[in-house]
Amino acid sequence: MELTLWTYEGPPHVGAMRVATSMEQVHYVIHAPQGDTYADLLFTMIERRDRRPPVTYTTFQARDLGGDTAEMVKTSVQDAYDRFQPQVMLVGESCTAELIQDQPGALAQGMNLPVPVVNLELPAYSKKENWGASETLYHLIRTLLLPLVPEPGFQRPERDPQVRPKANILGPTALGFRCRDDIQEVIKLLGEVGVDANVVAPLGATPDDIRRMPDADFNISLYPEISNTVCSWLERSFKQPTVKTVPLGVGATRDFIQEIGDVTGIDVGAVLVRSRSDTLGNWSASRITSTEAPGASRLPWYSRSVDSTYLTGKRVFIFGDATHVLAAARITTEELGFTLVGIGTYSRKFARQVRALAKEHDLEAVITDDYLAVEAAVAEAAPELVLGTQMERHIAKRLGLPCAVISTPIHVQDVPARYSPQMGWEGANVIFDDWVHPLMMGLEEHLIGMFRDDFEFAEGHMSHLHTAAESNSADMEKAVEVAIAAEEQAKPAESAPEEESGVTWAPSGLAELKKIPFFVRGKVKRNTEKFAQGLGITEITVDTLYEAKARIGK
Amino acid sequence: MALKPCTATTKEAKVASPNLPVLKERGQREVFCGLTGIVWLHRKMQDAFFLVVGSRTCAHLIQSAAGVMIFAEPRFGTAILGDRDLAGLADANDELERVVAQLLGRRPDIKTLFLVGSCPSEVIKLDLATAAEKLNREYFPQTRILNYSGSGIETTFTQGEDACLGSMVPVLPEKETDEPALMVVGSLADVVEDQFQRLFDRLGVGPVSFFPPRRAAELPEVGKGTKLLVAQPFLSETVRSLLHRGAELLPAPYPFGIEGTTAWLRAAADVWGIGGQAFEEAIAPAVSRAETGLARYRETLNGRKAFFFPDSQLEIPLARFLSRECGMELTEVGTPYIDRMLMDAEIALLPEGTALAEGQDVERQLDRCREAHPDITVCGLGLANPLEAEGMSTKWSIELVFSPLHGYDQAADLAELFARPTERRRRLSV
Repeated sequence: MELTLWTYEGPPHVGAMRVATSMEQVHYVIHAPQGDTYADLLFTMIERRDRRPPVTYTTFQARDLGGDTAEMVKTSVQDAYDRFQPQVMLVGESCTAELIQDQPGALAQGMNLPVPVVNLELPAYSKKENWGASETLYHLIRTLLLPLVPEPGFQRPERDPQVRPKANILGPTALGFRCRDDIQEVIKLLGEVGVDANVVAPLGATPDDIRRMPDADFNISLYPEISNTVCSWLERSFKQPTVKTVPLGVGATRDFIQEIGDVTGIDVGAVLVRSRSDTLGNWSASRITSTEAPGASRLPWYSRSVDSTYLTGKRVFIFGDATHVLAAARITTEELGFTLVGIGTYSRKFARQVRALAKEHDLEAVITDDYLAVEAAVAEAAPELVLGTQMERHIAKRLGLPCAVISTPIHVQDVPARYSPQMGWEGANVIFDDWVHPLMMGLEEHLIGMFRDDFEFAEGHMSHLHTAAESNSADMEKAVEVAIAAEEQAKPAESAPEEESGVTWAPSGLAELKKIPFFVRGKVKRNTEKFAQGLGITEITVDTLYEAKARIGK
Repeated sequence: MALKPCTATTKEAKVASPNLPVLKERGQREVFCGLTGIVWLHRKMQDAFFLVVGSRTCAHLIQSAAGVMIFAEPRFGTAILGDRDLAGLADANDELERVVAQLLGRRPDIKTLFLVGSCPSEVIKLDLATAAEKLNREYFPQTRILNYSGSGIETTFTQGEDACLGSMVPVLPEKETDEPALMVVGSLADVVEDQFQRLFDRLGVGPVSFFPPRRAAELPEVGKGTKLLVAQPFLSETVRSLLHRGAELLPAPYPFGIEGTTAWLRAAADVWGIGGQAFEEAIAPAVSRAETGLARYRETLNGRKAFFFPDSQLEIPLARFLSRECGMELTEVGTPYIDRMLMDAEIALLPEGTALAEGQDVERQLDRCREAHPDITVCGLGLANPLEAEGMSTKWSIELVFSPLHGYDQAADLAELFARPTERRRRLSV
């Protein structure tokens, strides 16, 4: 039993729903009790979908349990088939049905429906949403392609150099983060290097599209959490190599293009050079009237522009799914010049990569799906910017910190009307705006730093672009302390709580401490106390504070 | 309509009722389960915490149903069952004790902890009642542990509140005297509660208690002389348990709209012997305000057709309000279930021939809805956008549960909720 307040991932059948809802002419029957239909509104409300998810629920009740719930499955499957006439049916169960063991998938397969039936066995008590999506995509594609798998020992014939290579783009789903727009960007990138998109799946695909997948020369695993499993099966079965770089950020987009070059034998040198050659800072007539994609991002130039020097060393905390977290760490440190002060993921399957990356930055990765542990880690790290999921948006709001959302789980405001990809050149532009705007601007920050006592500066004052939280800074400072204290209390008492150690604050030291922005004040306080303790200083004065600052740095 | 006080405690409670044909359907139900009630109950009772013993689905449901998640730390959580619990490798009771200790360690301010059963905990027959009893030995009186089931196999949406309040009834203190006292049953917005309290004061009806209370530790007393005025139409078991405790039910329509509110207040006033002019005078200012407010929307709603998908049990009272006070036509009124004891007073006010539907087969009901092409369709959020995309105007029903809509001063707000989709369509040119 595990105590949970908010969850980052739903159960695995919700992952299956994301795949089913992504596609056309697929219908999913779930053996589930009344109430599980709640999941429909994730799609109709968060993504504002204009159709119901293609899902039928058997809706059993307590009084049905003594009777024939297996018969309910068959009736529901038959009714759903008759009404919706799908080309493929997925049949599975939610957590409660798993306990009554009707094996709906097997039952449905025994009904001799004229379409393929995929039996989805998704253990609800040990697995989660992204795994469910990954398994569903794998089983669906495998079921449809199994008749087409060539004999063992098959070698892909050499591609005729006159024919443009084709790629499958795998992984984008309903309720994914900006998948809708990322697909467009990736197709544009492929166009730049002379590759055609063969099938995009599951988002927007039909079962017939899936059957065309073997025509592609390679697969792009765009969202590894969801597409890695099926890509490795395709690699084994159809000898289609997998492009694994996720084109999030300028550097990764260049690496993505390079990897496609390696896989296809296309010379991508010119494309890479173009991506570096232009600052895009020139608004000549030919440029502003051209509808051509520039083949480059503004991010590198915007980052080098002198107004961005204030971004140097901004402390950033990153949490989310592994794909977006790994990418965000690279972008923030290499492309925006931030300092990583905390990183973590709820995707345990990718914990190793995230831990390794954290180590490069002398950090310990936060691998958890406990929202309170993340909150405590954020409070402890005292970042100036939080990049996370909608949970971290809550955490940041409580702690009075600027935040941008970079990963699922998302809310309705993370599905914008405007085109706002994360991948490719335009994605990098969007990222620059979305991650920099919540921060306080350079001169604004200096003025506030210099004249903190100005009565019109509210404490916790943030960027003019950022909606400052309503509560006052004293509340937020308290929230930071509470979050840290609560988490420490929750930890098993392996080490004795730190002694008060007899270190006290002289009034002058305390007054100076108050001048430090509240979101780092707790951190400075703790660091200074530790510094004083180490030197055997019992009373912290203004001088001690600055001594500590000099030793520890910003 | 003759409404007599009713003290019967069984389902055979006889109240005069018209013989309306009811379409009973079974099939896919597009409704929430009773766990959803936690979304408002945990805010209503500020010292209570709701611990669902269930699956990841339960946790996901509550946070999704809450829609916009609440920024404050929630006073609800889920003890998620894992493989070890199901395989019997971990003793469920020990595990639950560990989780409760962890929780109460974090939140020592919690005075009442509800252990909430779910579909999986019911199916594996986890005995939460015994668990609660055992935990009480450890934590009571600092924290009282209660339990109820919000499982989808037993409860639909608002029945969760019924089960929750029902679990509190046995611990309500015994009323000391036989003097009449009014108990208003059902969660109301704090502002509405205050309005009703002022009205009861003007009428001279009292003492008045509200159940649930704002603090779960401040329980109202119940016993002989307690008169129940039911504010929400989904409290079947709670009301029956209160009757067992010696209370008396004052049958009345529910306080939606002017007519409903007046009849509801009158049921109480009659017991206190306040009638005629005294009653009229006490309610007159509020009624007159409500009439002014309502007139504005009646014009928009008059003659339009409404179709209700089953959701919160509020469907029949709201349909009555829309039909009698706003002049709307009712094409179909679907509701999850009909409890005659709590609904007859409402059904009696529906126009003759109203198509009532109990239960649901959502696909067939959608067919009927498309066929009828109503001016407004009241339905859950899973159906609303798809119907809008088909050109139908919808009112999402969960807002009807989450907004202060009872009483005179909210009558116009209630009508406005139904008028708004029409008004919105009128404004939009794209």
